Amino acid sequence: MTAVTVLLPGVLRGEAAGQSHLTIDAAGSLRSVLDAVATTWPRLDRRLRDEQGELRRYINIYINGDDCRRSAGLDTPVPAGAEIQVLPSVAGG
Amino acid sequence: MVARILVPMTVLLAIGTSKGLFLATSDNRVDWQVSGPRFPMTSIYAVGIDQRRGVPRLLAGVDSSHFGPSVATSDDLGETWSEPDHAPVAFPADTDASLVRVWQLTPGPAGEPDVVYAGTQPSALFRSEDGGHTFALVRSLWEHPHRPEWGAGFGGQAIHTILPHPTEPARVLVAMSTGGVYRTSDGGQTWSPGNTGIRAGFFPDPFPEFGQCVHKVARDAGDPTRLYAQNHGGVYRSDDEGATWASIADGLPSDFGFPIVTHPARPSTLWTFPLAADSERFPVDHRCRVFRSTDAGTSWTALSAGLPTAPFYPTVLRDAMCADNATPGGVYFGTRSGEVWSSRDEGESWVPVAAHLPDVLSVRAAEL
Repeated sequence: MTAVTVLLPGVLRGEAAGQSHLTIDAAGSLRSVLDAVATTWPRLDRRLRDEQGELRRYINIYINGDDCRRSAGLDTPVPAGAEIQVLPSVAGG
Repeated sequence: MVARILVPMTVLLAIGTSKGLFLATSDNRVDWQVSGPRFPMTSIYAVGIDQRRGVPRLLAGVDSSHFGPSVATSDDLGETWSEPDHAPVAFPADTDASLVRVWQLTPGPAGEPDVVYAGTQPSALFRSEDGGHTFALVRSLWEHPHRPEWGAGFGGQAIHTILPHPTEPARVLVAMSTGGVYRTSDGGQTWSPGNTGIRAGFFPDPFPEFGQCVHKVARDAGDPTRLYAQNHGGVYRSDDEGATWASIADGLPSDFGFPIVTHPARPSTLWTFPLAADSERFPVDHRCRVFRSTDAGTSWTALSAGLPTAPFYPTVLRDAMCADNATPGGVYFGTRSGEVWSSRDEGESWVPVAAHLPDVLSVRAAEL
Protein backbone atom coordinates (compact mmCIF):
# COMPACT_ATOMS: atom_id res chain seq x y z
CA MET A 1 0.00 0.00 0.00
CA THR A 2 1.43 3.36 -1.01
CA ALA A 3 0.19 6.89 -0.74
CA VAL A 4 -0.98 8.94 -3.69
CA THR A 5 -2.28 12.48 -3.76
CA VAL A 6 -5.66 13.38 -5.25
CA LEU A 7 -6.05 17.04 -6.21
CA LEU A 8 -9.60 18.37 -6.21
CA PRO A 9 -11.00 21.38 -8.07
CA GLY A 10 -12.69 24.03 -5.97
CA VAL A 11 -16.17 22.97 -6.99
CA LEU A 12 -15.69 19.50 -5.46
CA ARG A 13 -13.87 20.39 -2.26
CA GLY A 14 -17.14 20.68 -0.37
CA GLU A 15 -17.55 16.93 -0.81
CA ALA A 16 -14.27 16.37 1.06
CA ALA A 17 -14.61 18.74 4.00
CA GLY A 18 -13.03 21.57 2.07
CA GLN A 19 -9.78 19.81 1.33
CA SER A 20 -7.94 20.49 -1.91
CA HIS A 21 -5.52 17.56 -1.54
CA LEU A 22 -6.42 14.09 -0.37
CA THR A 23 -3.73 11.64 0.64
CA ILE A 24 -5.00 8.19 -0.23
CA ASP A 25 -3.42 4.88 0.67
CA ALA A 26 -4.05 2.68 -2.31
CA ALA A 27 -2.19 0.50 -4.74
CA GLY A 28 -2.79 -0.68 -8.27
CA SER A 29 -5.13 1.08 -10.62
CA LEU A 30 -6.97 4.36 -10.72
CA ARG A 31 -10.10 2.38 -9.95
CA SER A 32 -8.50 1.17 -6.71
CA VAL A 33 -7.66 4.74 -5.77
CA LEU A 34 -11.24 5.88 -6.40
CA ASP A 35 -12.57 2.89 -4.47
CA ALA A 36 -10.42 4.03 -1.56
CA VAL A 37 -11.71 7.59 -1.97
CA ALA A 38 -15.26 6.24 -1.87
CA THR A 39 -14.81 4.58 1.51
CA THR A 40 -14.23 7.95 3.15
CA TRP A 41 -15.92 10.32 0.72
CA PRO A 42 -18.78 8.45 -0.97
CA ARG A 43 -20.47 11.59 -2.20
CA LEU A 44 -17.26 12.79 -3.82
CA ASP A 45 -16.95 9.45 -5.56
CA ARG A 46 -20.47 9.59 -7.00
CA ARG A 47 -19.72 13.01 -8.46
CA LEU A 48 -16.88 11.33 -10.37
CA ARG A 49 -18.35 7.91 -11.22
CA ASP A 50 -21.84 6.61 -11.89
CA GLU A 51 -23.40 3.72 -10.01
CA GLN A 52 -21.84 1.20 -12.38
CA GLY A 53 -18.42 2.59 -11.57
CA GLU A 54 -17.87 4.36 -14.87
CA LEU A 55 -16.13 7.72 -15.00
CA ARG A 56 -18.65 10.46 -15.74
CA ARG A 57 -18.45 11.84 -19.24
CA TYR A 58 -17.32 15.34 -18.33
CA ILE A 59 -14.89 14.39 -15.59
CA ASN A 60 -11.23 14.18 -16.56
CA ILE A 61 -8.59 12.60 -14.37
CA TYR A 62 -4.88 13.06 -14.97
CA ILE A 63 -2.25 10.78 -13.46
CA ASN A 64 1.04 12.63 -13.19
CA GLY A 65 -0.24 14.88 -15.95
CA ASP A 66 -1.49 12.17 -18.30
CA ASP A 67 -5.18 11.88 -19.16
CA CYS A 68 -6.37 8.47 -17.94
CA ARG A 69 -8.64 8.19 -20.99
CA ARG A 70 -5.56 8.18 -23.22
CA SER A 71 -4.24 5.25 -21.24
CA ALA A 72 -6.37 2.46 -19.78
CA GLY A 73 -9.08 4.56 -18.22
CA LEU A 74 -9.90 3.46 -14.72
CA ASP A 75 -7.56 0.50 -15.16
CA THR A 76 -4.58 2.79 -15.64
CA PRO A 77 -1.82 1.82 -13.20
CA VAL A 78 -1.05 4.40 -10.55
CA PRO A 79 2.59 4.51 -9.43
CA ALA A 80 3.58 5.14 -5.83
CA GLY A 81 3.56 8.82 -4.98
CA ALA A 82 1.50 9.72 -8.01
CA GLU A 83 -0.39 12.98 -8.27
CA ILE A 84 -3.94 12.43 -9.47
CA GLN A 85 -5.68 15.56 -10.64
CA VAL A 86 -9.45 15.75 -11.07
CA LEU A 87 -10.62 18.38 -13.54
CA PRO A 88 -14.13 18.98 -14.87
CA SER A 89 -13.99 19.31 -18.63
CA VAL A 90 -15.14 22.39 -20.51
CA ALA A 91 -18.80 21.72 -21.27
CA GLY A 92 -22.17 23.37 -21.11
CA GLY A 93 -23.67 26.63 -22.20
CA MET B 1 -68.49 31.02 -12.56
CA VAL B 2 -65.29 31.21 -10.52
CA ALA B 3 -65.54 32.23 -6.88
CA ARG B 4 -63.42 35.23 -5.98
CA ILE B 5 -62.93 34.98 -2.27
CA LEU B 6 -59.37 36.14 -1.70
CA VAL B 7 -57.91 35.67 1.77
CA PRO B 8 -54.36 36.20 3.01
CA MET B 9 -52.11 33.23 2.39
CA THR B 10 -48.53 32.40 1.56
CA VAL B 11 -47.95 30.45 -1.59
CA LEU B 12 -44.62 28.89 -2.48
CA LEU B 13 -43.79 28.38 -6.13
CA ALA B 14 -40.78 26.20 -6.90
CA ILE B 15 -39.32 26.88 -10.34
CA GLY B 16 -36.90 24.35 -11.76
CA THR B 17 -34.77 25.69 -14.60
CA SER B 18 -31.91 24.54 -16.77
CA LYS B 19 -29.50 26.39 -14.47
CA GLY B 20 -30.89 25.89 -11.01
CA LEU B 21 -33.89 26.10 -8.72
CA PHE B 22 -35.65 29.39 -8.03
CA LEU B 23 -38.21 29.84 -5.27
CA ALA B 24 -40.97 32.43 -5.36
CA THR B 25 -43.31 33.34 -2.53
CA SER B 26 -46.34 35.57 -2.39
CA ASP B 27 -48.98 36.52 0.14
CA ASN B 28 -51.47 37.52 -2.52
CA ARG B 29 -50.35 35.64 -5.64
CA VAL B 30 -49.87 38.96 -7.40
CA ASP B 31 -46.65 40.32 -5.90
CA TRP B 32 -43.91 37.71 -5.92
CA GLN B 33 -40.50 37.59 -4.27
CA VAL B 34 -38.13 35.40 -6.24
CA SER B 35 -34.88 34.02 -4.85
CA GLY B 36 -32.19 31.76 -6.19
CA PRO B 37 -30.76 30.00 -7.87
CA ARG B 38 -30.19 27.03 -5.60
CA PHE B 39 -28.03 24.36 -7.24
CA PRO B 40 -26.68 26.77 -9.87
CA MET B 41 -25.63 25.27 -13.18
CA THR B 42 -27.77 22.19 -12.70
CA SER B 43 -30.96 21.23 -14.51
CA ILE B 44 -33.98 20.82 -12.26
CA TYR B 45 -36.37 18.65 -14.23
CA ALA B 46 -38.29 17.52 -11.14
CA VAL B 47 -39.52 19.44 -8.13
CA GLY B 48 -41.94 18.33 -5.47
CA ILE B 49 -43.66 19.92 -2.50
CA ASP B 50 -44.71 17.23 -0.03
CA GLN B 51 -47.27 18.58 2.43
CA ARG B 52 -48.09 15.34 4.20
CA ARG B 53 -46.10 16.27 7.29
CA GLY B 54 -46.13 19.26 9.62
CA VAL B 55 -43.36 21.06 7.79
CA PRO B 56 -43.53 20.78 4.00
CA ARG B 57 -40.65 18.92 2.41
CA LEU B 58 -39.24 20.18 -0.85
CA LEU B 59 -37.69 17.68 -3.21
CA ALA B 60 -35.54 18.49 -6.20
CA GLY B 61 -34.10 16.32 -8.93
CA VAL B 62 -30.71 17.93 -9.44
CA ASP B 63 -28.88 17.08 -12.64
CA SER B 64 -25.33 18.28 -13.16
CA SER B 65 -23.89 17.70 -16.59
CA HIS B 66 -20.50 17.22 -14.95
CA PHE B 67 -21.25 15.55 -11.64
CA GLY B 68 -24.35 13.51 -12.41
CA PRO B 69 -27.90 13.36 -11.13
CA SER B 70 -29.13 13.35 -7.56
CA VAL B 71 -32.12 14.15 -5.36
CA ALA B 72 -31.98 16.78 -2.63
CA THR B 73 -34.52 17.54 0.08
CA SER B 74 -35.26 20.57 2.22
CA ASP B 75 -37.34 20.75 5.38
CA ASP B 76 -37.03 24.52 5.82
CA LEU B 77 -38.70 25.74 2.64
CA GLY B 78 -35.52 25.73 0.63
CA GLU B 79 -33.16 27.57 2.96
CA THR B 80 -30.96 24.50 3.38
CA TRP B 81 -30.81 21.26 1.45
CA SER B 82 -29.45 17.84 2.17
CA GLU B 83 -28.34 14.88 0.14
CA PRO B 84 -27.36 11.45 1.41
CA ASP B 85 -23.74 10.36 1.01
CA HIS B 86 -24.73 7.49 -1.20
CA ALA B 87 -26.71 8.07 -4.39
CA PRO B 88 -30.40 8.41 -3.45
CA VAL B 89 -31.54 7.04 -6.81
CA ALA B 90 -29.26 4.46 -8.39
CA PHE B 91 -29.70 1.41 -10.56
CA PRO B 92 -28.56 -1.87 -8.97
CA ALA B 93 -25.36 -3.36 -10.38
CA ASP B 94 -27.11 -6.25 -12.09
CA THR B 95 -29.24 -3.94 -14.25
CA ASP B 96 -26.14 -2.63 -16.02
CA ALA B 97 -27.96 0.72 -16.22
CA SER B 98 -26.98 4.13 -14.94
CA LEU B 99 -29.25 6.96 -13.91
CA VAL B 100 -29.27 9.76 -16.44
CA ARG B 101 -31.85 12.04 -14.85
CA VAL B 102 -34.75 12.16 -12.41
CA TRP B 103 -37.78 13.44 -14.33
CA GLN B 104 -40.43 13.23 -11.67
CA LEU B 105 -40.75 13.28 -7.89
CA THR B 106 -44.24 12.47 -6.64
CA PRO B 107 -45.37 12.09 -3.04
CA GLY B 108 -47.41 8.96 -2.43
CA PRO B 109 -50.99 8.96 -1.16
CA ALA B 110 -51.90 10.49 2.19
CA GLY B 111 -52.14 7.06 3.75
CA GLU B 112 -48.47 6.38 3.03
CA PRO B 113 -46.83 9.56 4.31
CA ASP B 114 -43.26 8.35 3.84
CA VAL B 115 -43.69 7.02 0.32
CA VAL B 116 -42.29 9.11 -2.53
CA TYR B 117 -41.93 7.95 -6.13
CA ALA B 118 -39.26 8.93 -8.63
CA GLY B 119 -39.53 8.54 -12.39
CA THR B 120 -36.26 8.37 -14.24
CA GLN B 121 -34.35 8.26 -17.46
CA PRO B 122 -33.85 5.52 -18.54
CA SER B 123 -37.49 4.62 -18.01
CA ALA B 124 -37.80 3.27 -14.51
CA LEU B 125 -39.83 3.80 -11.37
CA PHE B 126 -38.18 4.12 -7.99
CA ARG B 127 -39.93 4.09 -4.61
CA SER B 128 -38.82 5.71 -1.38
CA GLU B 129 -40.16 4.70 1.99
CA ASP B 130 -38.24 7.30 3.97
CA GLY B 131 -39.77 10.45 2.60
CA GLY B 132 -37.53 10.82 -0.43
CA HIS B 133 -34.06 10.38 1.04
CA THR B 134 -33.34 7.00 -0.52
CA PHE B 135 -35.13 5.13 -3.29
CA ALA B 136 -35.26 1.53 -4.52
CA LEU B 137 -35.91 0.36 -8.07
CA VAL B 138 -39.38 -1.07 -8.68
CA ARG B 139 -38.14 -4.29 -10.24
CA SER B 140 -41.46 -5.48 -11.59
CA LEU B 141 -41.72 -2.58 -14.02
CA TRP B 142 -38.03 -2.63 -14.91
CA GLU B 143 -38.33 -6.32 -15.77
CA HIS B 144 -41.55 -5.88 -17.75
CA PRO B 145 -41.34 -7.87 -20.99
CA HIS B 146 -42.27 -4.76 -22.99
CA ARG B 147 -39.28 -2.75 -21.75
CA PRO B 148 -36.86 -3.72 -24.56
CA GLU B 149 -39.38 -2.25 -27.00
CA TRP B 150 -39.87 1.05 -25.21
CA GLY B 151 -38.40 3.87 -27.23
CA ALA B 152 -37.00 7.30 -26.60
CA GLY B 153 -38.50 10.66 -27.40
CA PHE B 154 -36.44 13.71 -28.26
CA GLY B 155 -35.88 14.38 -24.56
CA GLY B 156 -34.75 10.84 -23.85
CA GLN B 157 -36.50 7.71 -22.63
CA ALA B 158 -38.08 8.53 -19.31
CA ILE B 159 -40.96 7.98 -16.93
CA HIS B 160 -42.20 11.52 -16.50
CA THR B 161 -45.61 10.96 -14.91
CA ILE B 162 -46.47 9.12 -11.71
CA LEU B 163 -50.03 9.16 -10.39
CA PRO B 164 -50.63 7.27 -7.18
CA HIS B 165 -54.30 6.61 -6.50
CA PRO B 166 -55.33 9.05 -3.75
CA THR B 167 -56.88 6.44 -1.45
CA GLU B 168 -55.80 3.02 -2.72
CA PRO B 169 -52.01 2.75 -2.39
CA ALA B 170 -51.84 -0.43 -4.45
CA ARG B 171 -52.99 1.48 -7.54
CA VAL B 172 -50.36 3.54 -9.36
CA LEU B 173 -50.19 4.81 -12.92
CA VAL B 174 -47.04 5.82 -14.75
CA ALA B 175 -46.49 7.29 -18.21
CA MET B 176 -43.37 7.41 -20.29
CA SER B 177 -42.07 8.78 -23.53
CA THR B 178 -42.09 6.63 -25.43
CA GLY B 179 -43.89 3.59 -24.15
CA GLY B 180 -47.18 5.05 -23.00
CA VAL B 181 -49.24 4.43 -19.89
CA TYR B 182 -48.74 1.50 -17.51
CA ARG B 183 -50.79 0.70 -14.43
CA THR B 184 -50.59 -1.51 -11.40
CA SER B 185 -53.46 -2.42 -9.12
CA ASP B 186 -51.59 -4.87 -6.91
CA GLY B 187 -48.97 -2.67 -5.33
CA GLY B 188 -46.52 -2.94 -8.18
CA GLN B 189 -46.39 -6.71 -8.49
CA THR B 190 -47.71 -6.56 -12.03
CA TRP B 191 -48.06 -3.78 -14.61
CA SER B 192 -50.30 -3.60 -17.65
CA PRO B 193 -50.32 -1.11 -20.50
CA GLY B 194 -53.26 1.28 -20.66
CA ASN B 195 -53.16 2.91 -24.07
CA THR B 196 -56.25 1.71 -25.91
CA GLY B 197 -57.51 4.60 -27.99
CA ILE B 198 -54.34 6.71 -27.83
CA ARG B 199 -52.89 7.30 -31.26
CA ALA B 200 -49.23 6.73 -32.09
CA GLY B 201 -48.93 8.23 -35.55
CA PHE B 202 -45.26 7.35 -35.83
CA PHE B 203 -45.96 3.58 -36.07
CA PRO B 204 -47.38 1.62 -39.03
CA ASP B 205 -50.14 0.50 -36.64
CA PRO B 206 -51.27 3.82 -35.16
CA PHE B 207 -53.05 2.15 -32.23
CA PRO B 208 -50.54 -0.29 -30.74
CA GLU B 209 -50.89 -1.89 -27.31
CA PHE B 210 -47.98 0.25 -26.08
CA GLY B 211 -45.31 2.55 -27.44
CA GLN B 212 -47.30 5.79 -27.44
CA CYS B 213 -45.55 9.08 -26.78
CA VAL B 214 -47.73 10.26 -23.92
CA HIS B 215 -46.52 13.68 -22.81
CA LYS B 216 -48.38 14.04 -19.52
CA VAL B 217 -51.29 12.52 -17.61
CA ALA B 218 -53.35 14.11 -14.83
CA ARG B 219 -56.01 12.70 -12.53
CA ASP B 220 -59.42 14.26 -11.99
CA ALA B 221 -60.07 15.74 -8.55
CA GLY B 222 -63.49 14.21 -8.13
CA ASP B 223 -63.23 10.81 -9.75
CA PRO B 224 -59.92 8.96 -9.37
CA THR B 225 -60.77 6.71 -12.30
CA ARG B 226 -61.01 9.72 -14.61
CA LEU B 227 -57.73 10.72 -16.25
CA TYR B 228 -56.63 13.24 -18.85
CA ALA B 229 -53.68 12.83 -21.22
CA GLN B 230 -51.80 15.23 -23.41
CA ASN B 231 -50.28 13.02 -26.06
CA HIS B 232 -47.73 13.71 -28.79
CA GLY B 233 -50.69 14.60 -30.95
CA GLY B 234 -54.00 14.04 -29.24
CA VAL B 235 -55.73 15.08 -26.03
CA TYR B 236 -57.65 12.29 -24.32
CA ARG B 237 -59.81 11.38 -21.36
CA SER B 238 -60.17 8.01 -19.71
CA ASP B 239 -63.13 7.19 -17.48
CA ASP B 240 -61.86 3.76 -16.52
CA GLU B 241 -58.47 4.57 -14.99
CA GLY B 242 -56.56 4.28 -18.20
CA ALA B 243 -58.05 1.13 -19.69
CA THR B 244 -59.51 3.06 -22.62
CA TRP B 245 -59.17 6.63 -23.87
CA ALA B 246 -61.32 8.94 -26.00
CA SER B 247 -60.41 12.23 -27.63
CA ILE B 248 -61.33 15.49 -25.93
CA ALA B 249 -59.43 17.64 -28.42
CA ASP B 250 -62.55 19.15 -30.01
CA GLY B 251 -62.63 22.79 -29.02
CA LEU B 252 -58.88 23.12 -28.70
CA PRO B 253 -57.00 24.96 -31.44
CA SER B 254 -54.50 22.09 -31.63
CA ASP B 255 -54.11 18.64 -30.14
CA PHE B 256 -50.34 19.01 -29.68
CA GLY B 257 -48.66 20.19 -26.50
CA PHE B 258 -46.86 19.01 -23.41
CA PRO B 259 -48.56 19.81 -20.08
CA ILE B 260 -52.00 18.92 -18.82
CA VAL B 261 -52.97 19.95 -15.30
CA THR B 262 -56.06 19.22 -13.22
CA HIS B 263 -57.61 21.28 -10.47
CA PRO B 264 -56.65 19.69 -7.14
CA ALA B 265 -60.15 20.04 -5.69
CA ARG B 266 -62.70 20.90 -8.38
CA PRO B 267 -63.83 17.92 -10.47
CA SER B 268 -63.77 18.07 -14.27
CA THR B 269 -61.50 21.15 -14.36
CA LEU B 270 -58.21 21.12 -16.23
CA TRP B 271 -55.79 23.33 -18.13
CA THR B 272 -53.48 22.87 -21.08
CA PHE B 273 -51.17 24.96 -23.25
CA PRO B 274 -51.54 23.90 -26.90
CA LEU B 275 -48.78 24.23 -29.45
CA ALA B 276 -49.48 24.42 -33.14
CA ALA B 277 -48.14 21.00 -34.13
CA ASP B 278 -45.31 18.52 -33.77
CA SER B 279 -43.67 20.22 -36.74
CA GLU B 280 -44.48 23.72 -35.48
CA ARG B 281 -43.79 23.93 -31.78
CA PHE B 282 -45.06 27.43 -31.19
CA PRO B 283 -48.24 28.52 -29.43
CA VAL B 284 -51.11 28.37 -31.88
CA ASP B 285 -51.21 31.57 -33.97
CA HIS B 286 -48.24 32.74 -31.85
CA ARG B 287 -50.69 33.76 -29.15
CA CYS B 288 -49.99 33.15 -25.49
CA ARG B 289 -53.12 31.36 -24.29
CA VAL B 290 -53.99 28.80 -21.68
CA PHE B 291 -57.03 26.64 -22.37
CA ARG B 292 -59.35 25.52 -19.58
CA SER B 293 -62.15 23.05 -19.47
CA THR B 294 -64.63 22.85 -16.60
CA ASP B 295 -66.60 19.97 -18.05
CA ALA B 296 -63.95 17.25 -18.32
CA GLY B 297 -62.84 18.27 -21.76
CA THR B 298 -66.21 18.53 -23.44
CA SER B 299 -65.60 22.22 -24.11
CA TRP B 300 -62.64 24.55 -23.79
CA THR B 301 -62.16 28.26 -23.08
CA ALA B 302 -59.14 30.32 -24.09
CA LEU B 303 -57.69 32.36 -21.22
CA SER B 304 -55.28 35.20 -21.86
CA ALA B 305 -56.15 38.22 -19.71
CA GLY B 306 -52.86 39.69 -18.55
CA LEU B 307 -50.73 37.46 -20.75
CA PRO B 308 -48.54 38.94 -23.49
CA THR B 309 -50.44 40.18 -26.51
CA ALA B 310 -47.42 40.48 -28.80
CA PRO B 311 -46.49 37.47 -30.96
CA PHE B 312 -45.40 34.75 -28.55
CA TYR B 313 -43.07 31.90 -29.47
CA PRO B 314 -41.89 30.06 -26.34
CA THR B 315 -43.09 26.59 -25.45
CA VAL B 316 -44.28 25.29 -22.10
CA LEU B 317 -42.73 21.94 -21.20
CA ARG B 318 -44.60 19.01 -19.68
CA ASP B 319 -43.83 19.80 -16.05
CA ALA B 320 -43.68 23.56 -16.44
CA MET B 321 -47.36 24.01 -15.62
CA CYS B 322 -49.08 23.32 -12.32
CA ALA B 323 -51.89 24.26 -9.97
CA ASP B 324 -51.75 25.15 -6.29
CA ASN B 325 -54.05 23.96 -3.53
CA ALA B 326 -55.35 27.39 -2.52
CA THR B 327 -58.92 28.70 -2.85
CA PRO B 328 -59.69 29.85 -5.44
CA GLY B 329 -57.22 27.75 -7.33
CA GLY B 330 -53.95 29.15 -8.65
CA VAL B 331 -52.43 28.12 -11.95
CA TYR B 332 -48.83 28.62 -13.04
CA PHE B 333 -46.69 28.10 -16.10
CA GLY B 334 -43.12 28.77 -17.11
CA THR B 335 -41.63 29.01 -20.55
CA ARG B 336 -38.44 28.00 -22.25
CA SER B 337 -37.64 31.68 -22.50
CA GLY B 338 -37.55 32.03 -18.71
CA GLU B 339 -40.88 33.69 -18.04
CA VAL B 340 -43.18 32.51 -15.26
CA TRP B 341 -46.83 33.48 -15.02
CA SER B 342 -49.41 32.95 -12.31
CA SER B 343 -53.15 33.18 -12.01
CA ARG B 344 -54.96 33.34 -8.68
CA ASP B 345 -58.40 32.94 -10.20
CA GLU B 346 -58.14 29.61 -11.97
CA GLY B 347 -56.81 31.13 -15.16
CA GLU B 348 -59.18 34.06 -15.62
CA SER B 349 -56.34 36.58 -15.29
CA TRP B 350 -52.57 36.36 -15.13
CA VAL B 351 -49.63 38.26 -13.64
CA PRO B 352 -45.90 37.80 -14.17
CA VAL B 353 -43.93 36.06 -11.45
CA ALA B 354 -40.49 36.26 -13.05
CA ALA B 355 -38.77 36.97 -16.33
CA HIS B 356 -35.33 36.42 -17.78
CA LEU B 357 -34.77 33.16 -15.93
CA PRO B 358 -33.07 30.22 -17.62
CA ASP B 359 -35.37 27.79 -19.47
CA VAL B 360 -38.15 26.73 -17.12
CA LEU B 361 -38.31 22.94 -16.87
CA SER B 362 -40.65 22.38 -13.93
CA VAL B 363 -42.94 24.25 -11.54
CA ARG B 364 -44.84 23.19 -8.43
CA ALA B 365 -46.88 25.41 -6.12
CA ALA B 366 -48.53 25.06 -2.74
CA GLU B 367 -50.28 27.18 -0.18
CA LEU B 368 -48.21 26.91 2.99
